[in-house]
Amino acid sequence: MILEVKDLEVYYGSIRALQGISFYVQKGEIVTLIGANGAGKSTTLRTISGLLTPRRGEIFFQGQKITRMPAHQIVRMGISHVPEGRQIFPNLTVMENLLMGAYTRRNRSEIQESLEEVLNRFPRLRERAKQLAGTLSGGEQQMLAMGRGLMSKPTLLILDEPSMGLSPLLVEEIFEIIKSINQQGTTVLLVEQNAFMALQVAHRAYVLETGRIVLSGMSAEVQANPQIRSAYLGEVEA
Amino acid sequence: MEHFLEQVLNGLQLGLMYALIALGYTMVYGVVQLINFAHGDVFMVGAFLGYFGFAVWGLPLPVAILTAMVTCALLGVIIERVAYRPLRYAPKIAALISAIGVSLFLEYFSSLKFVFGPNYRVVPRPFPEVHWEIAGLSVTNIQVIVFVVVLLMLILLQLLIYRTKTGMAMRTVAVDHNAARLMGVNVDTTISITFAIGSAFAALGGVLYAIAYPQIHPFMGIMPGLKAFTAAVLGGIGIIPGAVLGALIMGQIETLTSAYISSQLRDAIAFAILILVLLFRPTGLLGRTETEKV
Repeated sequence: MILEVKDLEVYYGSIRALQGISFYVQKGEIVTLIGANGAGKSTTLRTISGLLTPRRGEIFFQGQKITRMPAHQIVRMGISHVPEGRQIFPNLTVMENLLMGAYTRRNRSEIQESLEEVLNRFPRLRERAKQLAGTLSGGEQQMLAMGRGLMSKPTLLILDEPSMGLSPLLVEEIFEIIKSINQQGTTVLLVEQNAFMALQVAHRAYVLETGRIVLSGMSAEVQANPQIRSAYLGEVEA
Repeated sequence: MEHFLEQVLNGLQLGLMYALIALGYTMVYGVVQLINFAHGDVFMVGAFLGYFGFAVWGLPLPVAILTAMVTCALLGVIIERVAYRPLRYAPKIAALISAIGVSLFLEYFSSLKFVFGPNYRVVPRPFPEVHWEIAGLSVTNIQVIVFVVVLLMLILLQLLIYRTKTGMAMRTVAVDHNAARLMGVNVDTTISITFAIGSAFAALGGVLYAIAYPQIHPFMGIMPGLKAFTAAVLGGIGIIPGAVLGALIMGQIETLTSAYISSQLRDAIAFAILILVLLFRPTGLLGRTETEKV
């Protein structure tokens, strides 16, 4: 088990955003958390990567407890979080953004190797390497955010809403890339509003509702569930 | 004409010293969006430590300057740790009030008899002042030293910010603390480093100021601090080249006002500029209003 989350409770002030959720991710999987706005998907991810501190519950990564570890140390453990809204650094060049992704790494030739891999995966970034990241289009920014996330050579890649605000064509492209990243050995934890696409690529899925997991299973099972079909996949029950 | 050019040189000397202080304001603002109102007082502490170093303890001038810079760097780090960090994600007004508190504390603590004492002190020249005639202009060795030292520091700072990992971390912390954390940046450490550098620059500015205008007292940091703050706002707060540009403009305006209009109007004009900038170009000369891309 690569990631194990146990009875996680997170508060924003007095509001209980996560009401004790438990789930796990196994090596080599793509696991998706789906659910409506405000269900607690991003909160879960932000707690795993150390940006939020849970009130109760534990998080284990490769058998080690990472609950309450500061975010900058969690990155070093091998978790890379590509946040919602991309959060690229607009005042840095595309190249500098990518190098920031490798901030925790020391070995220059290995960093160079990862850089080549990322630039081959995202050829557009190579073209724009010297440009300020703030001048990129939305799709390019998402690719930069993902490329930057890969630069730390993570064991677990966390993606928060990678398809947000992108055209259908780009969404397809992004999900293809997620699949290929996973096939090359990176475990992926994916949060998506676009449940349909997420269930297409993920092996397993958890459905969140107001801070609780209400359903879990193999993607195909979740996808077949009539309630899920009507609530998240936009299908009217026959 | 010579008189005018000499005034410009004087303005340049003053402006460069303002630049050293303004950089600290703007760098700190860049990473924590806080106006560190105690910054001018760190400048004062630097001036005193430099004075004690070379005039009282008999240290060689470079050693005295270095001592002042290192001590003030430490002071800056402690100020951030004690007075700002606990309030970092509180409403901005809380940290601002804390900053004013630290400023007053440094001024009045320094005024105590067993610290620096409340009196004006005359700073002896660490080296004799030399005048040179260059192309009909009178240039002093102090002006040359100020010019060379500040230029050197600006180049070092530029290299640090654009050529090192620490500098890159500082630039990411300036954008978003959490995004920086997700890269593995220790935001607290980066902010401490920023305070250390800004405070060391202020200390250097303080010692140079004490050499050029040889009189020091515990409240001497207020005016240059406010002028440098104005310079930083004029150039665009948070923008490093802006701070230097703003400081150079301030230096000229002040010197030329004293020379050709009235030295009594000097400060009034300096602060009138602050008001005008805030009214008509609140982002400063080099500031841009952020355009967000979706």
